Amino acid sequence: MLRFLGTRVLHGAALLVAVSLLTFGLAALAPGSFTDEMRLDPRVSPETVAAMRARYGLDRAFPIRYAAWLQSACRGDLGFSLAYNADVATLLVPRIGNTLVLTLAATLAAWALALPLGVWAAAYRDTTLERACSAVAAALAGVPDLLLALGALVFAASTGLFPVGGMRSADGGGAWPALDLLRHLVLPAATLAVTIAPPVFRHVRGAMLDASRATGVVAARARGVPEAGLLLRHSLKLAANPIVTLAGLSLASLLSASLVVEVILAWPGLGPLLLDGVLSRDVPLVAGATTVAAALLVAANLAADVALFAVDPRIRVTE
Amino acid sequence: MTRRPRILAIAFAAVYLPVLLAPLVATGDPDRQQRDIPLVPPVPVHVIDAAGRLHAPFVYRVVALPDRFSAYGEDPSVRYPVRWFPPSEPYTLLGLPMRHRLIGVDAPGRLLLLGTDQFGRDEWSRLVMGARISLVAGPLAAALTVSIALVLGGFAGVRGGLADATIMRAAELCLVLPWLYLLFAVRAALPLHLEPDRVFLLLVGIIGLVGWARPARLVRGVVLSAREREFVTAAESAGASPARVLLRHVLPQAATVALVQAAILVPQYIVAEVTLSFLGLGVAEPVPSWGNMLAVLQRYSVIVSSWWLFAPAVALVPVTLLYYALAETLRRRWS
Repeated sequence: MLRFLGTRVLHGAALLVAVSLLTFGLAALAPGSFTDEMRLDPRVSPETVAAMRARYGLDRAFPIRYAAWLQSACRGDLGFSLAYNADVATLLVPRIGNTLVLTLAATLAAWALALPLGVWAAAYRDTTLERACSAVAAALAGVPDLLLALGALVFAASTGLFPVGGMRSADGGGAWPALDLLRHLVLPAATLAVTIAPPVFRHVRGAMLDASRATGVVAARARGVPEAGLLLRHSLKLAANPIVTLAGLSLASLLSASLVVEVILAWPGLGPLLLDGVLSRDVPLVAGATTVAAALLVAANLAADVALFAVDPRIRVTE
Repeated sequence: MTRRPRILAIAFAAVYLPVLLAPLVATGDPDRQQRDIPLVPPVPVHVIDAAGRLHAPFVYRVVALPDRFSAYGEDPSVRYPVRWFPPSEPYTLLGLPMRHRLIGVDAPGRLLLLGTDQFGRDEWSRLVMGARISLVAGPLAAALTVSIALVLGGFAGVRGGLADATIMRAAELCLVLPWLYLLFAVRAALPLHLEPDRVFLLLVGIIGLVGWARPARLVRGVVLSAREREFVTAAESAGASPARVLLRHVLPQAATVALVQAAILVPQYIVAEVTLSFLGLGVAEPVPSWGNMLAVLQRYSVIVSSWWLFAPAVALVPVTLLYYALAETLRRRWS
């Protein structure tokens, strides 16, 4: 177990270094920079621009800048955002929390909905209700997250049941801050859950169908194990591996979908911050946000690996 | 089951023929601003007039109601019949000079099938013209992704060793990044403001480049398993060169997998272009793209009152489902 974990952690760390090099390199290759906009401004003298470039280290060579950035990144210092005039790390930390709140809530909701439905759909396949359910899931898979988020916005704006954006009310929610947060969370989390639930449903259904045809399950049925026990004790155990693997893989698309939802429904997560960074050509901010997103994904995949280790004895044998 | 491909082909023609003939199918100039009629809801096409008599399809003239901002009524005094090939301002279609649209009404009547946007531009014409960017960028980018995947995945699978290890580590690197984040990071490295046709190429380029990893891994897997097959061993022992084995025996197998992948990727890429343009990182005004047409919905007053401006987002749904159906059909055919 420890060795398995150790290799996974090392692997993840190597990936993160590569990711940071990639994002930093992309940003450095970019034509134009934050100070270029200032050059166009006649009120800013060339000396001021040169002084700013020297102060932020923009005049040094790429490897030196990257080495310095990596060194401080290891200490938790992700550099200085030019657009926000603040530490990138201090900007990112609350945003990471907010994105995690949203994505975790959405993931829980999606799985709470899709997992039982998928198991049920596999058990009652080819009934009218199951077909209708699968058709709805297939249709929902065709609805882009952009449309869902805009739809949620219209719903909030026209009914007034939910806030149209943000995470907290201006007064901090009064006596019930947690309730206020929950009220703001419902709509973005539901939107995100609807975008991620259909593939989960389809995958769970498929995995359960495959499992029900496995020899072990057929043998158990021959022994006279009742259908309910067959489903929950035998099939689900077999289907656990592909389902957990999917959970790990779907996290990548989760963060992407979350970005769109966050921007449209004004949820103060990593997404809007990254968009701001891109629009204002803020290299440290873009590099920091992308690296942090990758780190979240690496951590989530690690958790999925550990879960796989726990639910599937076959992994323990091969490792 | 045998009718399925034919239905799909008809559906694709129904979507892409108007894209090809966009300026003809549009009912007017998509860039012309009619400041006197912003945010007009879709104008109904009538067959029964105000007096209850039956006619061929016609529209009434839209008039702005006095004293109220963007509230409109119909002027039932004159009927404007919807007719084929009404004259229009000159434009070019596939290089040919044209002076007529497909359908429309005579001036001063206006056929506003999907209403107008905040500048009074005809939403239907913009939707059709915008499809030329949004519905074409996706397939082009998917073709790029799949070509890269075939080359890199095929090379990794055939060569093995160091090349394989390097390519697959690079693929893992791209997979560990949430792809929209990666797309943003790449977009951040490129100039924000460019001419429309260069932005279009740039979007196709970056969207196509960013997604190469997953299909490349699939192609590599297919190539690896194909190399173990008897007919490949037979070809090798018959003295076929590695290039011939690859091109004649291995690639046809990988190509089918790649084609299914492409069909799945296209809708994802179409939405990616729309998302980037929506957020101001893609095709910029005044050139219509489904993404920048939706951008106006970021304004509160528009989103609660002007439901017809959702048209580009709603149009994405059937397009996406069409490509999924294509992927499903291809998969069934080859498995």
